[in-house]
Amino acid sequence: MNEFIGFTFIIIGALFDLFGCIGLIRLPDLYNRLQAATKCVTLGTCGILLGSLIIFGLTAAGMKAFLCALFILITSPTSAHALARASHIAGVKLWEGSVVDKLKEDTEKK
Amino acid sequence: MRKGILFLLLLIVWILLVWPFSGGAVDYQSIVAGVVVSFFASLVFGELFTESPHKFLGVKRYLWAILYIPIFLWSCLLANLDVAYRVLHPLLPIKPGIVKVKTRLKSKSAITALANSITLTPGTMTVEVLDDGYLYIHWIWVKEADVEKATLIIVRRFENLLERIFE
Amino acid sequence: MIGFLIIVFISCSFMCLYRIARGPTASDRAVAMDILGIIVVGFCVVMSILTRKEFYLTTAIVWALLNFVGILALSKFLEGRGFED
Repeated sequence: MNEFIGFTFIIIGALFDLFGCIGLIRLPDLYNRLQAATKCVTLGTCGILLGSLIIFGLTAAGMKAFLCALFILITSPTSAHALARASHIAGVKLWEGSVVDKLKEDTEKK
Repeated sequence: MRKGILFLLLLIVWILLVWPFSGGAVDYQSIVAGVVVSFFASLVFGELFTESPHKFLGVKRYLWAILYIPIFLWSCLLANLDVAYRVLHPLLPIKPGIVKVKTRLKSKSAITALANSITLTPGTMTVEVLDDGYLYIHWIWVKEADVEKATLIIVRRFENLLERIFE
Repeated sequence: MIGFLIIVFISCSFMCLYRIARGPTASDRAVAMDILGIIVVGFCVVMSILTRKEFYLTTAIVWALLNFVGILALSKFLEGRGFED
């Protein structure tokens, strides 16, 4: 029974990983790609780790999976924020269809 | 005080990492090694740890944090379904832009938690954080470019709970 | 089902490699590196379930840590560079 629930979580997580990577291919500019890929891949990998926690139970391996899921949930948005900030400073343009860019207006004002 | 709290946190992480309770017997050697390692680590790094250690003692904060976890996970799941819809749609329904919002949170840990929550919830991602409480958000479907209305839509969902947890 | 998981992970990795090869700017390549690192963590976990070996999970934790530190260093490096590749 535990195996069945765990493998269900793992397959859902793998599907979310796949959606994130399709987003990495299809979306037009860097910020959209970063956004789609970070969200989908973070929750997908956390789903896989949660499934392995359910399969292994309360053993050393299960606790390592739990710790790894917590760690990814904290660090992945931080690295996404660092990459977005760095590429905006380096001058990567937004897509042509973008509506507003308040950050560029404010940095040019100063 | 601050060293003691860091010691406890490191010991919890160590015990989760080695997990000495498997097989019915408790492995005391691993626990003693963990106590020695976290004691010396907290002696060395204690000064760098946190600005306000007295906040760790409030019991109410942990209750609000437990309430925060299901709300966060639910909006995370909604964000993933939203991204899957936008990616698999053949016309790519996106209207991106960077908007500016204002938060009333002050402490650094609260702003970090707010930025991370915004990054993992539907359609938004933090690009830049200023010192005076302004955040620049990349939004995949811009509904409002105005500061006040965008704040109302993006930030208010989390701000009340995070204020109770971190401030 | 095992074959399905393997196919999903291999196609994810090839999509990331496509973005690393084709990305117009250096930042695009950094984003694809970040995503590829997290996918490798997921692959390690699936391997640990299929083979019932525990050390793959230790590999996953160490890989996640190194990926985070590497991406932070890479973004600090990208801040000082221009738009051209």
